[in-house]
Amino acid sequence: MEKLIEEFSFGLFFWQLIIFILLIVLLKKFAWKPILNAVNEREEGIKNALKSAEDARKEMQNLQADNERILKEARAQRETILKEAREMKNNIVAEAKEEAKSQADKLMLQAQQAIEAEKQAALSEIKNQVSSLSLEIAQKVVTADLAKDKNQEKLIESLLKESQIN
Amino acid sequence: MFLIKDLPLRRFKNGVSTIIFGMIDTISKKLIIGVFALLSYLSFGQEPENHEATAAHKDLRAEIRADIQHHLQDSHYFTFLSDEETHYAIPLPVILWDNGLKVFSASKFHHGETLAEVDGNYYKLYHNKIYKTDAQGTINYDENHHPTNAKPLDFSVTKSVVSILMTALLMFWLFSSLAKSYANNSGIATGVGRFFEPIILYIRDEIAIPNIGEKHYKKYMSYLLTIFFFIWFLNMFGLTPLGINVTGNIAVTFALALLTFIITNVTANKNYWGHIFWMPGVPLPMKIILAPIELLGVIIKPFSLMIRLYANISAGHIVLMSLIGLIFIFKNWLGSSLSFGLAFAISLIEILVALLQAYIFTMLSALYFGFAVEEHDHEAAH
Repeated sequence: MEKLIEEFSFGLFFWQLIIFILLIVLLKKFAWKPILNAVNEREEGIKNALKSAEDARKEMQNLQADNERILKEARAQRETILKEAREMKNNIVAEAKEEAKSQADKLMLQAQQAIEAEKQAALSEIKNQVSSLSLEIAQKVVTADLAKDKNQEKLIESLLKESQIN
Repeated sequence: MFLIKDLPLRRFKNGVSTIIFGMIDTISKKLIIGVFALLSYLSFGQEPENHEATAAHKDLRAEIRADIQHHLQDSHYFTFLSDEETHYAIPLPVILWDNGLKVFSASKFHHGETLAEVDGNYYKLYHNKIYKTDAQGTINYDENHHPTNAKPLDFSVTKSVVSILMTALLMFWLFSSLAKSYANNSGIATGVGRFFEPIILYIRDEIAIPNIGEKHYKKYMSYLLTIFFFIWFLNMFGLTPLGINVTGNIAVTFALALLTFIITNVTANKNYWGHIFWMPGVPLPMKIILAPIELLGVIIKPFSLMIRLYANISAGHIVLMSLIGLIFIFKNWLGSSLSFGLAFAISLIEILVALLQAYIFTMLSALYFGFAVEEHDHEAAH
């Protein structure tokens, strides 16, 4: 102990204290604070990055689930729409067929009736013409033939025959 | 994260082990040579001892002892090499307070051979201490052979002060450039900072936070970091051939311990003082007995810090120098090689001790700070 006290140098103690306190103050300002802040910031940054990555992952999962759900819904909707459309198409087609058929039938009927009417008209016309022609012819023939007595007799005879048969 | 933290340390370890294995290789070669030399020496037979040789031996021993003593003490010269005649040394400024400031160069002492005359006063350098003498330079002794001359207050910039200053400058340069590298490299250390960053983080995460607590540790970080690197660097410089012995100097360890003491007691909260003067949860007579013991503890704690660092580093230097001295005492291949090997092994241990003592000083300081700011939940704890 005595040796220690004897060895103790006040000058060295003084310089050591001054230099060391100065060193603490300077290092605190120029080294430790910036270093510890930088390290803290970096650690915070890493922590935040990990957290945001995790969040992003979760969000991604949610989005994927959402997407799948929406897709499924859309698919179902498409199915129903298609089904409805198909039904509608069938209905329309059936209706159209029905309509067309009735229309066609009607037309056909009308046509037939018209044809029938025309036919009747044509037939009666022809009959009229034939009868008038026959009359004319008959007149001419009769006039020519009857000029001869013999022919008159023959005609009367044939007419009589005919009427006898009838 | 873990890899980044670990990498520079591992690289450092690899480097050290390469050096160590290289040296072990050299040593084993030396040992082999030593054994051969011993054999040839023995075959010639032992020479008779003569008295002259023994006397020389004794002289050598005294010289080595004086050398060690001299090394442990502070000096007014920054000596690189010296023998009896020549000194390769830088004389340092002497600053005395003796009825006024006296500043002169230590070269005036001529390594203790001459008196320094300043403003009509005579000063003599005797065993590395400056005494005021008369014009003839007489030193008066008491019965224990201690000089009784007046000692002026010595504020000289000694070898230790220069070493402290150099270490402080080195630390300032090193750590402020590390701080800059963070700013320039978006928060990632570069170069030598990669080695120091894990150590800084270690002090924060393993020393400061566990001992002081998450809430209060920040205000102590600057002190803990500074003291750790300061002690470590000075311990390491003490192992270099520069031959400085700063942390093995009681004045230095006293200053460091004093700072820990002051910071502990200035930042202490009510709980701390309550536990010292009026220990809660014990009977009244015990409170009275415990108070002086606890109060003594307040002083003993930093005192132990001071003695521990001083004793460890001084002891290391003494052992190392003695072993190196043994090389010259043995003066034969076997003994000297053995001493060399031992000195080398001790050097390796001293490198460990240098780190360990810095760690212990920082760790215990943090522990004492932790006591000072500890917050007790009395209802739950007692």
